[in-house]
Amino acid sequence: MVCAMPPIPIAIEPPLLQVKDLRVTFGLDEGVVRAVDGTSFDVRPGEVVGIVGESGCGKSVTMRAILQLVDRPGRIASGTILYRDRNGAEINLTNLSPRGPEMRAIRGAEIALIPQEPMAAFSPVHTVGSQIIEAIMLHAGQSGRRITKAEAREITIGLFRDVGISIPEQRIDSYSWQLSGGLRQRAMIAMALSCQPRLLIADEPTTAIDVTTQAQVLELLRELRRKYNTAIIFITHDLGVIAQMTSYVVVMYLGRVMEQGPVDQIFHSPKHPYTRALLRSIPSLYGETRTALPVIAGSLPHPFNRPAGCPFHPRCPEAMARCAVAQPVLLPVGDNQAAACFLHHEEAEA
Amino acid sequence: MSEVPLFDAPLLQVRGLQKFFPIAKGFMQRVTGHVRAVDGVDFTLNEGETLGLVGESGCGKTTASRCILRAIDPTGGQVLYRTRDGRVVDLASLPQRELAPFRAEIQMIFQDPFGSLNPRMTLLDNVGEPLLVGGMRSRSERTDRVAELLKLVGLRPEFMHRFPHAFSGGQRQRIGIARALSTNPRLVVADEPVSALDVSVQAQVLNLLLELQERLKLTFLFVAHDLSVVRHISDRVAVMYVGQLVEVAPTASLFSRPRHPYTAALMRAVPVPDPRVPPADGALRGEVPSPANPPSGCYFHPRCRFAQAKCATETPPLREVAPGHMTRCHFADELTLAGA
Amino acid sequence: MSATAPAAEGAVVEDRIAVASNWKLVWWRFRRHRLALVSAVVLAMMYAVVLAPDFFSTQNPEATDARQAFIPVQGIHLFHDGKLDPWVPAIAGKRHPVTLRMEWSIDPNKRVPVSFFGRGHRWYVFGLFETNVHLLTSDDPRQRIFLLGSDRLGRDQWSRIMHGTQTSMTVGLVAVALSTILGVVLGGLSGYVGGKTDSVIQRLIELLQSVPTIPIWLALAAALPRDWTPIQVFFAITVILSLIGWTTLGREVRGRFLALREEDFVLAARLAGCSRMRIILRHMVPTFASHIIATASLAIPVMIINETSLSFLGLGIRPPAISWGVLLQEAQNIQSLALAPWLLIPGLVVILAVLAFNLVGDGLRDASDPYSN
Repeated sequence: MVCAMPPIPIAIEPPLLQVKDLRVTFGLDEGVVRAVDGTSFDVRPGEVVGIVGESGCGKSVTMRAILQLVDRPGRIASGTILYRDRNGAEINLTNLSPRGPEMRAIRGAEIALIPQEPMAAFSPVHTVGSQIIEAIMLHAGQSGRRITKAEAREITIGLFRDVGISIPEQRIDSYSWQLSGGLRQRAMIAMALSCQPRLLIADEPTTAIDVTTQAQVLELLRELRRKYNTAIIFITHDLGVIAQMTSYVVVMYLGRVMEQGPVDQIFHSPKHPYTRALLRSIPSLYGETRTALPVIAGSLPHPFNRPAGCPFHPRCPEAMARCAVAQPVLLPVGDNQAAACFLHHEEAEA
Repeated sequence: MSEVPLFDAPLLQVRGLQKFFPIAKGFMQRVTGHVRAVDGVDFTLNEGETLGLVGESGCGKTTASRCILRAIDPTGGQVLYRTRDGRVVDLASLPQRELAPFRAEIQMIFQDPFGSLNPRMTLLDNVGEPLLVGGMRSRSERTDRVAELLKLVGLRPEFMHRFPHAFSGGQRQRIGIARALSTNPRLVVADEPVSALDVSVQAQVLNLLLELQERLKLTFLFVAHDLSVVRHISDRVAVMYVGQLVEVAPTASLFSRPRHPYTAALMRAVPVPDPRVPPADGALRGEVPSPANPPSGCYFHPRCRFAQAKCATETPPLREVAPGHMTRCHFADELTLAGA
Repeated sequence: MSATAPAAEGAVVEDRIAVASNWKLVWWRFRRHRLALVSAVVLAMMYAVVLAPDFFSTQNPEATDARQAFIPVQGIHLFHDGKLDPWVPAIAGKRHPVTLRMEWSIDPNKRVPVSFFGRGHRWYVFGLFETNVHLLTSDDPRQRIFLLGSDRLGRDQWSRIMHGTQTSMTVGLVAVALSTILGVVLGGLSGYVGGKTDSVIQRLIELLQSVPTIPIWLALAAALPRDWTPIQVFFAITVILSLIGWTTLGREVRGRFLALREEDFVLAARLAGCSRMRIILRHMVPTFASHIIATASLAIPVMIINETSLSFLGLGIRPPAISWGVLLQEAQNIQSLALAPWLLIPGLVVILAVLAFNLVGDGLRDASDPYSN
């Protein structure tokens, strides 16, 4: 069996990040939206975890919750996010003040973000280099090291070289709007790597760029992971990207984890009807052309109109009577694989 | 209607289509150059078929499709359209007011299901607008037709008094399709109709388009960047790069044996949704050149791994290398490129 | 079963939203803005005064009585002996033996009984029907009441503020209405036609915006013939204000037109074969109408301040016409201020009106695009 990513030895090291029963709600005038509704998953050191799901599944909100960046009216209603820092201490991120010094020290230095739209992440009035230099100096200062501007600049040029930006000595002094989409995303990756984070969160990092540029960026991310052994949470709706980039996959739907497992099992022996339907419904470069694709019936429900029971049951071809009343919990269905579906077990959540 | 489709005469023939946007600089807005967004595009579209037009952002595929719709005026070239009574008219040169009779026959489906419907009008008014403008004055007649159209695209007719904000992306795209079909068009230009949709909804819309084509004998120009989607829906595919077509071929032929290195690179770049297939290495180097200042010779030569001296100097013509398979590469016959 | 109840409720909410028109959605959003809602009520009350200032006046605003100059704020009490029986504390005057000024003090033992909907001076409803009913009058016609005190000529400030409200609020509204028309027409032309027309209008806007306003007002006000009636001056001032004030709105409308031209649904309408007129009236104007209203309501306070400043400087509306600016003129010298601080009350009214307009405008602006998220 050939694998895109070498399988990561499991259970040798304790998880770097543990998300446990996370709930994020948005209190709007029309009602409360449960954007993330009891999500749990682990990320081990050096592992690439893919979070896949359609719009409204809560994948981006989960990421924001990890970074404590949930904007009002959203709030973390319950659950824990345990992060093991460099010293081996376990910190519950949900207990930290979102604007406090501890969280600021974790953001960037421990957990860094690669956003979907790098144009919005860089300030247009400062050069790309100066923003990265500033980040490096800031985080060095927080950890009590003294670093000169010239040193930080050298580090930045080295990072630019690492992420494949040609003539980094010149590009470091350019503004984000002077760079092409691909280069901008590379610069963003350099920025994310600048403080040697142990966990990278890539939120749809290639959605806004073209397929050939996407191939370049994905290649770069694979290379960097090998080099730095950084754990990555890769958020995307593209199953192709998931297959090519990740070692462990979390499938989300309407704020809940439907299924999770090693990438090969998710693609070759999916257990949850949603995962199966999702995989069937994508046109591929190999399948039959001009024929009806198998579809998932219906559409994503309105956020105020969440179905009771299993959130997927109204669209599920294998739904049973109890799916409409009880919410199944995530339970093991195989080797390191778990699904929340009554087809595989009986337990429900109150 | 009992029309016998004439397969020998194409429904649409695009010849040497050009669209240049002037680059104005300075206080006096002096024109200092041109963005050659569409730079001599030729293709034909037969009745009842789907031609996929693919390329990366900025390649001119959207501009080309808007020129055919005359949403923008082309700089040069011809758009020859065969009317129902067999006449051939050049849409590119007709003045706007003489285009009116053809507006009903050539319709468009938009990419953004949120921006393409007027949020302040109900479905009845949105879908019924082309009918009203086309002369259907009676409201009850329009109501009946809109109900029929909504049913056609799989929506409940009772929804017609709702506003677009009540619908999800996929449903809005269906509404957009209903509007496009309201005037019984022959040619539908679909500009990235599924790229803004979720995976599970994308399949529904693709199936709907296929079904409607079958039922209504529609001809599609399907503009998209997603190769898998284009492959799935198209009979033939045209690949664009920097304002030019680099390859036009029947779908099977193009995907099994691409004849242009750019097409092959594009296919290799698509991530395969199977973890057992190793990631293709050797991603295409460099960046897409600016259409304001394209490279000499073959536009693709600076990024092409097969490029030779000739490629930098001589512009390759679009020529037929296999039956129905056109490509713009000097070495199409020598190269053996891997398909999908 | 408790699990299905919320879902059913959700479906109801969705249906109500599904058939809600744009204006309904705007209203729902605006309603959530509490402060704006309160401000809207304040403005509604002010415009009620505009419609019939005499009804709200307790006496003729022009009635003078030198013996009753600089009477302080009397205020009003609504209850007496636990019953609704409004009264105003009486005022007793005593001349200071040295300065010979009248010194007024409240006589706690004497009440001036007043009543609602009593009879007072005659006035015309909308200039048509004669009546003498007022919201509040003194029961004894010879016993004048000064709810907010009196000025140096012994005129009742409360009644004068009512009349000033009519003038100032109308100037603001009419000036903004005029400048909105100018702005929409010229800005629309500029944005939709483009080319040379656009350049000319844009240069005109730049020219108007670069003109220093105070000197131009001075010049224009000086150009108004001295023998014009207050009404003529009033309209002239309104026109002057709007001729200068339309530029911001013109720019805004132009920007909207430019942005809307690129919208997919406008292109869809063009491809459907809609005429230019239909595209503008059916698709473009309704799309930015709510923005225009929001912008206009933010422009009214500016106009009110402009009018007030002009009149305060003696360049705008002149006595005997009454406006907030004219009233504030009374508070121009430090002596009368030290003596009669209540003459600043019209300033508070200006602040209240401007704040209310700004809050309503803010609320409208936030609500004007209900489709933004």
